[in-house]
Amino acid sequence: MGRNIVIETHDLIRIYGSITAVDKLNLTIYEGEIFGLLGPNGAGKTTTILMLMGLTEPTSGSISVMGYDPTREPLQVKRVAGYMPDSIGFYDYMTGRENLLYTASLNQIPMKEAERRADELLSRVGLKEASDCKVRGYSRGMRQRLGVADVLIKDPKILILDEPTLGIDPEGVKELLELIVKLSKEEGKTILISSHLLYQMQEICDRVGIFVKGKLMVCGKITDLAENISGEKECAVELIMKPFDVAAMEIIRSIDGVKDVYTQGAMLVADVQSDEIAVKINRELIERGYIIYHFRVRGYTLDDIYRQYFGEEGVTI
Amino acid sequence: MIKQKEVTVTSFDKGTKRGSSGGFYKVFIKELSDQLSSIRFLILFFLILVTGVASFYVAASSIRDTVEEMGNEFVFLRLFTTSGGSLPPFTSFLSFLGPLVGLSIGFDAINGEENRGTISRLLAQPIYRDDVINGKFLAGLAVLGMMTFALGGLVGGMGILLTGLPPTGEEILRLIIYLLISVVYMAFWLGLSVLFSLLFKQAATSALAGIAVWLLFTIFVPLLSGPVADLIYPIRGQDDIIGQLRNITLQQNLSRISPSTLYDEAVVAMLSPGVRTLGPILLEQIYGAVPGPLPLGQSLLLIWPHITGLVAGTLIIFGITYTIFLRREIRA
Repeated sequence: MGRNIVIETHDLIRIYGSITAVDKLNLTIYEGEIFGLLGPNGAGKTTTILMLMGLTEPTSGSISVMGYDPTREPLQVKRVAGYMPDSIGFYDYMTGRENLLYTASLNQIPMKEAERRADELLSRVGLKEASDCKVRGYSRGMRQRLGVADVLIKDPKILILDEPTLGIDPEGVKELLELIVKLSKEEGKTILISSHLLYQMQEICDRVGIFVKGKLMVCGKITDLAENISGEKECAVELIMKPFDVAAMEIIRSIDGVKDVYTQGAMLVADVQSDEIAVKINRELIERGYIIYHFRVRGYTLDDIYRQYFGEEGVTI
Repeated sequence: MIKQKEVTVTSFDKGTKRGSSGGFYKVFIKELSDQLSSIRFLILFFLILVTGVASFYVAASSIRDTVEEMGNEFVFLRLFTTSGGSLPPFTSFLSFLGPLVGLSIGFDAINGEENRGTISRLLAQPIYRDDVINGKFLAGLAVLGMMTFALGGLVGGMGILLTGLPPTGEEILRLIIYLLISVVYMAFWLGLSVLFSLLFKQAATSALAGIAVWLLFTIFVPLLSGPVADLIYPIRGQDDIIGQLRNITLQQNLSRISPSTLYDEAVVAMLSPGVRTLGPILLEQIYGAVPGPLPLGQSLLLIWPHITGLVAGTLIIFGITYTIFLRREIRA
């Protein structure tokens, strides 16, 4: 994978009245990667995306998208980048196909080529049968898929998707995420996704940036982030084993470094001083003849990382 | 085949340079087809068509009496201004319903896109922002132009058939100018409704605001100008000629704030060549004047300020809309 920088921001600030929506953002996105912009609602994700697309002007700071400045050369940026807003809308009195053709015509794609691409994309996102129905009758999931086709019709090098999985059923989410990964890996597109749904992002993102109150708290690969926050810190171990008995609790409690053991739902949870202790618990139980069905150290998933940063933020502000 | 390829290459090259993005034409065509196929436009068009044709038909059947009373000059034009018995003349209908057509075309131009969530998708395409607002406004204007001229041509042709009188060259010119002024007048309301569609988030609110302003200008401004003029220049008696003159002049100028007064006066001067002045006139001023219709140039001169006022009002409102739209922050 090339390490060419595709999107770069430098000390990007956007202030609305007294609210700083984006605060000194320094972001670098490389060619061909899937970058997840994570954060709760109102963290400044959408504002950042709008500035990248040149739809909103930054208060200060600079942006470069494929070498173009979105504020000064918005048309160049819009030609190479496709943007799918979170509340995507279509002209509902037109058919799905007509909507795509209109977008294509705004991109100066010749009619024949546009029709070819529209048909190809519609079957790719699974809307081939509905392509000549009015968008009025589309379900939420169908609209979202039409949105993906709409972004792809101009064949952009960069895809910017704002909350693309919102409101789609699990099967649809799975298909969409597969499509996104395929676009990145097979067609080499650079993809920027904003979302607050962590597990989904964890599955597909090469790197993530966590946004809280306009600030980029942390940025990097998920595994690196996890190491940063767990390491020497206390963590919890989730366990389900057979037999699930009191003796097991006693065994765990007797290990050095275990602070507490308690049941939580169908699981046993042990608070331990470090993740080395967790390994020790695992080994100990197996030696005693227990069969372990479920073993997880909390503090390694994006959810935990996320909570960690939000928690900190909650305390300090 | 080859020819088509060449065309696309050049249009793409043009797009990559600064200058035209080619988006204006695309937006224009789409808006035009949207408007022409929209049900609300069809309803209003048929309303105007039916009332217009009905009043014209009544006027044509009673034209014989008016010719006996007022001579046979400009009979063709008189078909447009004569009220035959119970129905008001064609011009009144157009003056009354025209603003509604203008308002109905524009009232959801921008907030409709916002509410559908299409505006951010539209502006994320490589087109300039003014392509969108220009395309929408000019498409509306084109619809108004087509509608007005189609209507004018239709009833004009009907007039020829019903009366058997061919229009003279001057009559045709006056008719065309009348239709052009009507388009400008409706464009004023179109511009106003596009402005409201930008200011208000709900399409219903902007439609109501447009209708409120329309009622204000067509009914209340002319109605209120009398009492206001009486307050400022009270008439003390029959002999107070100067006071009366001032009162009437002020009243007239106040009501000319309203574009509908401007339009109505312009229509009268254009379609009734016998009208020599639009303001109050003293007996001394008429003395020695040769009675007869004004030539076209003089009629135009008489209403030139009105036309200027209407065009300027439309342009100012469009200018405000344009500026607000370009500075507007688009949130998804």
